[in-house]
Amino acid sequence: MSDYLQAERAQEWREALRKSMKNKDRTTIPRVKMPEVDPEVRSRTYDEVNLGLTVELATGESHRCLDCVDPTCITGCPVEINIPKFIKNIERGAFLEAARTLKETSALPAVCGRVCPQERQCESQCFYTLKLKKEPVAIGHLERFAADYERMSGELSVPATASPNGIRIAVVGSGPAGLAFAGDMVKYGYEVTVFEALHELGGVLRYGIPEFRLPNEIVDIEIDGLRKMGVRFETNCIIGKTISREDLKEEGYRAIFVGSGAGLPNFMNIPGENLNGIMSCNEYLTRVNLMQAADPESDTPVHMGRKVAVIGGGNTAMDAVRTARRLGAERAMIVYRRSEEEMPARIEEIKHAKEEGIEFYTLHNPLRYEGDERGRVQRMELQRMELGAPDQSGRRRPVPVEGDTVWLEVDEVIVSVGVSPNPLIPQSFSGLEVTDWGTIVVNQETMQSADELIYAGGDIVRGGATVILAMGDGRRAAKAMHKHLQQVHP
Amino acid sequence: MNRIVGKEYFSDRVVKFEVEAPLIARSRQAGHFVIVRVGKKGERVPYTIASADPQKGTITLVIQRVGKSSEKVCQLEVGEYLTDMVGPLGKATHIENFGTVVCAGGGVGVAPMLPIIEAMKEAGNRVISVLGARSKDLIILEDQVRAHSDEVIVMTDDGSYGEKGLITQGVEKVILREKVDLCVTIGPAIMMKFVSQLTKKYEVPTIASLNTIMVDGTGMCGACRVTVGGKTKFVCIDGPEFDAHQVDFDEMLMRLKAYN
Repeated sequence: MSDYLQAERAQEWREALRKSMKNKDRTTIPRVKMPEVDPEVRSRTYDEVNLGLTVELATGESHRCLDCVDPTCITGCPVEINIPKFIKNIERGAFLEAARTLKETSALPAVCGRVCPQERQCESQCFYTLKLKKEPVAIGHLERFAADYERMSGELSVPATASPNGIRIAVVGSGPAGLAFAGDMVKYGYEVTVFEALHELGGVLRYGIPEFRLPNEIVDIEIDGLRKMGVRFETNCIIGKTISREDLKEEGYRAIFVGSGAGLPNFMNIPGENLNGIMSCNEYLTRVNLMQAADPESDTPVHMGRKVAVIGGGNTAMDAVRTARRLGAERAMIVYRRSEEEMPARIEEIKHAKEEGIEFYTLHNPLRYEGDERGRVQRMELQRMELGAPDQSGRRRPVPVEGDTVWLEVDEVIVSVGVSPNPLIPQSFSGLEVTDWGTIVVNQETMQSADELIYAGGDIVRGGATVILAMGDGRRAAKAMHKHLQQVHP
Repeated sequence: MNRIVGKEYFSDRVVKFEVEAPLIARSRQAGHFVIVRVGKKGERVPYTIASADPQKGTITLVIQRVGKSSEKVCQLEVGEYLTDMVGPLGKATHIENFGTVVCAGGGVGVAPMLPIIEAMKEAGNRVISVLGARSKDLIILEDQVRAHSDEVIVMTDDGSYGEKGLITQGVEKVILREKVDLCVTIGPAIMMKFVSQLTKKYEVPTIASLNTIMVDGTGMCGACRVTVGGKTKFVCIDGPEFDAHQVDFDEMLMRLKAYN
């Protein structure tokens, strides 16, 4: 454990809290349950599904944390939040201090508390999970509680920043990777400008993740926090198109972080896929989330299907199918070629989807689509699948059951079978090393690309991952770029 | 926010706007487009850039009132602002000295054709421009086209100006008369389909600039997808210009009606 964490843990108040309750008593407290809106009600509104913990619930849960000597939970967090410190602050009722602790290392705590797969990260490394074989401390729920408490209190803290060093840094993309990077760099004292291609900030947090899982207001407030720290934002600006790399150099930008995301949706290339009513999850979610197409006053249209099939089993597929349900689909269906066990979506998302009446066609794979005389999709043929031997991903490979197909009536299909990296940057920058997949090659430790003044992170490097991994990349890149610039530009 | 500094009516349905956009004016090339949004509830709509003045820091868009969003733009006056504009997007036109190039522009498609005519002429091509429209008042930018073309043929459906007939007849006349090395066509999808059918018959390589439905315009959504040579392509990043003989225009026409 680092000296810093040890010193923090040794503080008097932490000692006192540890002595105030026996570990045996702490471990007998059952894990808190997140209060949720009733599925019948919520499947008709965009309101957030999870209501958040009350002060009582959060305080109760905080007592479960043992404030371990070796806080393994932190190793599971891509942005290394000082988890015991923030939880113990909740225990002693210092909720604003808990929020400040989150902000020491996380640029977007209210976002992470909502969309991080904690069950695969911090909570999977919790002492309860590892040693007691009990349910972990609800770190994610507590994180959200602290961030929300601070926001509701109106006393939003602005993390301290070093005195400005006058060195300009450009960030490409205002999604989670770029925002995390910008937050850290501005703390180091750099003059940071984030360039965003769309007319709104937030990247996938805005266009991708729906309101019922991550309200836009939360994204606005987190971005506003960065603005208060001194980060500047430029919308409607595409680096490599509107402004070139050379332009940035001329304007005095010393280095660039690319977090342009995985902007290219994959299709399956099967017959009939270009019929009207069939679209990518990106298109569907962008219309609904970014363009607010479901609002009658919005000029952007969206199909409101009655029988909607979403192809895929990831978080984005769950977001799309649950959105379709909210837009009035009588049948909202997931079509996935493997079984539920192999689904990449978070368990919570699958649970929420089922509660909302989403039908699951697992072990089914689309073969073709057919449309009416106007070119609108009417039905789809599905191939039944079964699980064979494990493939490279370690998951059992789905294989077709020969001759076993079924037709499904649909009037809207949303294809959510993954995304490829956005080609705009790799196309318009020379000097980058790019894989066959279109991802930018970087040093895994430093996130530095083949061009020593260009760093990259998030989906443009990973090809398709999570908000928190993108943020972790942003943080690592900031740390390494800071070190590099101090050496070449002391 | 981009300020409108000039507005000129080509007809009651076709309006030319000059808009402040210094960065785009400097970086755009022939064939590029921008995405425009008007109002906080506005839609993102692609428009091909007709011309640019890097010194003045402005670009020119020619917009035809066809629906709610173009109507909203056309109602704006000098001094007012486009809420959002981003670009330049898409791949630039491939310009080289091909020999003889026929530029077939229909209706408002003549506007995005103009920078291509200019660039083709400058590259040393013999440029024959064929302009088509329903009637005389819908023929736009004729003088500018003439200034950069070796020959201009005007076709109107009703014969109110130039020759009476379809744009394809004008193109065919040239092909029958002399060797044409390349045809570029911009206009309504149905027109490009017929120009493409014609030039395919005569084996004249042809480029069409497609204007499909888009949302983001940066490759993110796939709303603009078309089938080219049996493969799905995105107009926003793979185009907007494609080998016309490979484009599935029937599918494109169907997809343009997705929200009608």
